[in-house]
Amino acid sequence: MSPLTFFNRSRKKLIGIAHKFVFSYYSRYYSSDLPNAQLNIPTDFSTTPLLAHTSHVALRNPELSAEVRKSSTKRINLFQAVNEALFHSMASDDSVILFGEDVAFGGVFRCSTGLLEEFGSERVFNTPLCEQGIVGFGIGAAAEGMKAIAEIQFADYIFPAFDQLVNEAAKFRYRDGAEGRNVGGLTVRMPCGAIGHGALYHSQSPESLFTHIPGLRVVIPRSPIQAKGLLISTIECKDPCLFMEPKILYRAAVEHVPTMAYKLPLSKAEVLKEGSDITIISYGNPLYTCSAAISKAEKYFGASIELIDLRTVYPWDKECIFQSVKKTGRCIIVHESMINAGIGAEIAASIQENPDTFLRLEAPITRVAGWSIHMPLLYERFNVPDVARVFDAIKKTLSY
Amino acid sequence: MKFKSFLLTVRRPISVNSSLLVITNRNTYGSKRWSSSPSQKPGATGVRFPGALESEFTNKLIFEHPSSYQVIPTFRAMNQDGDIVVDLSSFITSFSDDLALKMYHNMIEISIMDTIMFDAQRQGRISFYITCHGEEGISVGSASVLEKEDVIFSQYRESGVLKQRGFSIEEFMSQLFANRKDSGRGRNMPVHYGSRALNIHTISSPLATQIPHAAGAAYALKMQRLIDPNIPPRVVVCYFGEGAASEGDFHAALNIAATRSCPVLFICRNNGYAISTPTLEQYRGDGIASRGISYGIETIRVDGNDVVAVREVTARARNLALKDNCRPILIEAMSYRVSHHSTSDDSFAYRARVEVEDWKLRDNPITRLRKYLEKRGIWNDEQEENTRIRLKKEILTAFARAEEEKKPSLRYMFEDIYEELTPETRAQMLQLKELLDNYPEEYDISKFEGSKESLRIRGN
Repeated sequence: MSPLTFFNRSRKKLIGIAHKFVFSYYSRYYSSDLPNAQLNIPTDFSTTPLLAHTSHVALRNPELSAEVRKSSTKRINLFQAVNEALFHSMASDDSVILFGEDVAFGGVFRCSTGLLEEFGSERVFNTPLCEQGIVGFGIGAAAEGMKAIAEIQFADYIFPAFDQLVNEAAKFRYRDGAEGRNVGGLTVRMPCGAIGHGALYHSQSPESLFTHIPGLRVVIPRSPIQAKGLLISTIECKDPCLFMEPKILYRAAVEHVPTMAYKLPLSKAEVLKEGSDITIISYGNPLYTCSAAISKAEKYFGASIELIDLRTVYPWDKECIFQSVKKTGRCIIVHESMINAGIGAEIAASIQENPDTFLRLEAPITRVAGWSIHMPLLYERFNVPDVARVFDAIKKTLSY
Repeated sequence: MKFKSFLLTVRRPISVNSSLLVITNRNTYGSKRWSSSPSQKPGATGVRFPGALESEFTNKLIFEHPSSYQVIPTFRAMNQDGDIVVDLSSFITSFSDDLALKMYHNMIEISIMDTIMFDAQRQGRISFYITCHGEEGISVGSASVLEKEDVIFSQYRESGVLKQRGFSIEEFMSQLFANRKDSGRGRNMPVHYGSRALNIHTISSPLATQIPHAAGAAYALKMQRLIDPNIPPRVVVCYFGEGAASEGDFHAALNIAATRSCPVLFICRNNGYAISTPTLEQYRGDGIASRGISYGIETIRVDGNDVVAVREVTARARNLALKDNCRPILIEAMSYRVSHHSTSDDSFAYRARVEVEDWKLRDNPITRLRKYLEKRGIWNDEQEENTRIRLKKEILTAFARAEEEKKPSLRYMFEDIYEELTPETRAQMLQLKELLDNYPEEYDISKFEGSKESLRIRGN
């Protein structure tokens, strides 16, 4: 249960707070920017090489079909990209329903704007404030052939539904065996990650808790193009999927996105930048931090660094990672959620275990991640991996 | 929002206007959504709080005490002597002699299977078992009026539902012995039955998780009929015990089912115990039924040892659930758990043997129906004995056959996690195969169909 939803019943207030969450972060961040900082300079989303700033860049993505690559683009942010994916899915399939807390008026992050008007209150509706009910309801609807898109207002509030996801959604196909029923139609969307002042319960990234669960797919996009294509894929995927949206990017990340509907592959990592000396693996918002750190490090150290977006954190693309580490021999994994038993632990162990990559390692695998603490309000900037920490990891890895 | 206009070209909202089920018209809804929260009318004499619109003001400070409300009565059609005590002509269900005999057969068949399998577990021939002694009436009675297309979610003490819907003794045995014919592919504990053909979802151990599933599934059935009105109306039926009703999922489910108007029957088997916990330690309200009302759900309490009453109540509930815009219904069926909780439980550790014996003698759905049949002159001791001998023989034959069957393929331990095997799982399958190759004396795989060869990667 979100205190936000609990205390602010008025929709205007809700929108206001959601907006404030995103905007105040930037204003404060900029104003407190240290004048002499060389590394920890906030991401300039208008110039980052991770976003498609022109239609041409967006459309040359080889993962898009020829038809999409010939079509047009439009500059939109991440919440609009999510909204487009939902629009497409609902328009192309009558069995898609969308529900959760406060989704009917457009959602506290505006992701479901316009859907109720377009598709009616039977397909887009508010539920009572009860996460285990939302996911349980979605499982039941999916078990009877619907495509159920459930929204959990913040990833921090997914835990009441943990039992439903772990014991029910993940195991549904397995226990039904030859009967063949499954809840592949279920997609659970949730905003995740740090936002500047979300503190303990509006900042969490619980992805690794779900990567320990066979049967679930866990997907985290880094940009509007990715959000649209990956969300459409998760909705159409025949396995239950968790789609975690880095809420800090909802408005910040703006890029040219193909106007047509398209799918991007699940369980496939993407090499964002090729390099030969170090492999950096990340996903979601920290990719921007990594990108900034890489450009500094390449300048200072003359190194060549490869950056990989995992995109699907489980089941993840081992092949792509192994391929890269075989080439570079050094590896850094960066994520926002805490270090202990996080995604980095699994990737590092897998690289160590693989004879090809183990023999090729020239430095210890390094994890740059949140400390093993809860996200504290005042100290967020010291907890979330920043450019300096990634830069330092690169430096140490290169000089090992 | 402007960006909406460049979105996709194809939009096919389902035809909601053609449906009888719709209460909100989205054309008007879209322009003034927030008007659903009632505001104060000019000139009103007092404030109307949106949270309880019909509440009158009072100047008496009184706490509502549960004891000031009447305990919800228990509906019964047949007394414990097997006499009909209501006017059956007002019933929408009929109770022909043929049907009564069929239900009686199903009840004793389940009861005999329970006795045999309980002993089989004691002998170590199956790993676990749960009987439903004393509660055959609830499952057989309710299932007897459902349509085959109605979707069922159950807890684990509802073998009678499966039997009544046509689950064969062979299917029961295959699941219990987890042999190669078990459609659960040997993955689930015994008694975790499921059948797609019978529209019964596979049972899972976590309690109450199926209750919100039932709400969601019921919403799916309702939506599918909105999309295609040619689909016959269907309901979802969800069974659970009174202990499970203490779980948060019960609350979640009833509330969402009520707010979303889902055609679902929640059937609670209140048998007095959740393992060792008596209902006095489970709740302090008027059973489970009183809660239904607080969720805005039409509710009834029925004598679960009375198949005639359970049948009629279920039939009426089904009609109600499908009426107008659909709605959930709660049925609390009262009974007594005559058996131990499971084979892992000795219930005499927490209740007196005499209490159980007393219940066995005093009232039981099987003996009650038998008395009725005998009074109708369509059943006697000889038929009883012959039937029991025949059923026992049939069950034991199926038992022996199921026990001898091969076990499912080892490969099934890796399949059905996802729709397709992931590279990780493929690699692990081969790792297991290598282990079995290298340490053949450490593992007995002779009973598994296809042996370790089933772990080979196919299609590569």
